[in-house]
Amino acid sequence: MEARFPGHRLLPYILIFPSIAVIIVFLVVPFVQAVQQSFYRTSPFGTTTLFVGLDNYAQLFSTPEYVRSLLTSVGFAALVIVGGLAASLGIAVLVTRRIRGVGFYQVAFIWTYALSPAVAGIIWALLFDPAVGLGTYVLYRITGYRINMLVEGVPALLIAAAAAAWNMLGYNICFYIAGLQNVPREFEEAARVDGAGPWRTFWRITFPMLSPTTAFLLFVNMIYAFFQVFGLIDIMTQGGPGGATEILVYKLYRDGFIRLRVNFASAQSVVLFLMVAAMALFQLRVATRRAVYSR
Amino acid sequence: MPRRLRLPQNWLAHVVLAIGVGIMAFPVYMALIGSTHDAATIGRGRLPLTPGPYMAQNYVQAWSFGTGERVSGTPVRIMMANSLAMAIAIAIGKIAVSILAAYAVVFFRFPLRMFFFWLIFITLMLPLEVRIIPSYKVASDLGLLNTFAGLTLPLMVSATGTLLFRQVFLTIPKELLDAAKIDGAGPMRCLWSIILPLGRPSIAALFVILFVYGWNQYLWPLLITTERNMDTVVIGIVKMLGTSESLMDWNLVMATTVMAMAVPISVVIVMQRWLVKGLVETEK
Repeated sequence: MEARFPGHRLLPYILIFPSIAVIIVFLVVPFVQAVQQSFYRTSPFGTTTLFVGLDNYAQLFSTPEYVRSLLTSVGFAALVIVGGLAASLGIAVLVTRRIRGVGFYQVAFIWTYALSPAVAGIIWALLFDPAVGLGTYVLYRITGYRINMLVEGVPALLIAAAAAAWNMLGYNICFYIAGLQNVPREFEEAARVDGAGPWRTFWRITFPMLSPTTAFLLFVNMIYAFFQVFGLIDIMTQGGPGGATEILVYKLYRDGFIRLRVNFASAQSVVLFLMVAAMALFQLRVATRRAVYSR
Repeated sequence: MPRRLRLPQNWLAHVVLAIGVGIMAFPVYMALIGSTHDAATIGRGRLPLTPGPYMAQNYVQAWSFGTGERVSGTPVRIMMANSLAMAIAIAIGKIAVSILAAYAVVFFRFPLRMFFFWLIFITLMLPLEVRIIPSYKVASDLGLLNTFAGLTLPLMVSATGTLLFRQVFLTIPKELLDAAKIDGAGPMRCLWSIILPLGRPSIAALFVILFVYGWNQYLWPLLITTERNMDTVVIGIVKMLGTSESLMDWNLVMATTVMAMAVPISVVIVMQRWLVKGLVETEK
């Protein structure tokens, strides 16, 4: 498309200036600083600064706590993403069936989009409070096991993951509903005519046609499970007990703001950025393949 | 499909869906119930499943004092005002900034255009949490700690907004703009009288998304504001939790939580149609 307003040379710069200014001040400058900091080490009292090259990174991957935090993050994300996406896909498939009240169900699920991870964390902290939680009580009545997320690591991770997945359900369901509406009915009907059962039709026809939606949700949920759950973790477990729920972003926060190891934390920032960039590129690749499916 | 085959199938679907809705709603229902009892009832460890008699008392106490026997906090009315101001400022600021940038990228040709566009695009890859330490340092160097600008400005960077409006603007037929130009309208006039009215549904959608985003911010306000009268309601709840070790005024915490949820949930339900549309549009 050619320029609409060829006479105005300066105007486009004025229009784009607010965006670029905020991006440079609050995004580019901080990021460059983080990269720079990650190559230096400052003495505890800030008196001397030493260039150490990749030493912070080497230290990162040789620290057992960091490696553990990395594994915790991956495990936590896997639980949240696989559990959350499977549940929401199942529910969305039911909603898009030709049943009455689809609009009602859509509203009944989407409102949870408004709940922040922090608020979800507060509610689930009460639900599984070791002393007064209703969930703790019901679980004890059924299994005879008194779950205590303030003392035991694995239950803490599982409860936090359940809370996090629950918090994203509404969002995921909405996207799967929208995605399912774009799957042409003819394919499914053709498969049915050829004698495929509903299970087979779903996995051979519907699910592959949904792959752009799934790829997108994978990306969003990864960002969610790696970063946005910060509030939930901070409220429910604060990374404990004993580091069992200390995911990467929480460790970054602790190292940077509480233990004040800025250089070490900056290296963590850069590693996290590389992870997000890799995820984004993966999503972009799948998204550009979408054309094949939608035509 | 024969009718008698479809009925039992749908019946099962409704049951599963109802269970799903129940799972979604139950924890929130529990928060509601918790906000209607006194601290002692919850503290005994068996939260009843029916509302108690202390609803009015809990809400009034949280709303005007924010302080109970074991927790001390800021009155919820102040925190709600802070949250509302923050959410609206972020939503409107981000929308305005994104519209201007998208308008420049779509309707003008100028050197560095694609460079700027990619610079905006890259923000997708740098969530606030990743660059949190240096961002805090920049805000602190600029003297933005404990200021409203510090709270909102850094959150106004958004690739999603610009990308969404770019998408919308590209679908606007150029004949419309040509006609307006012949009638003597300048670029700003075109933006105001043609582009904005056409983009209204997307603006509404993005407003919901960004309002919820702003209201629910956690990490940034936690770091930027240390003064109590600047607490947002989400932060306020956390500070309530932090003031006690084992025993907790869960009734007040839950009353505050319910109020903190009520605003974004209402916005989402009222604007549900635009939200779903907007979410799908931003995906593209």
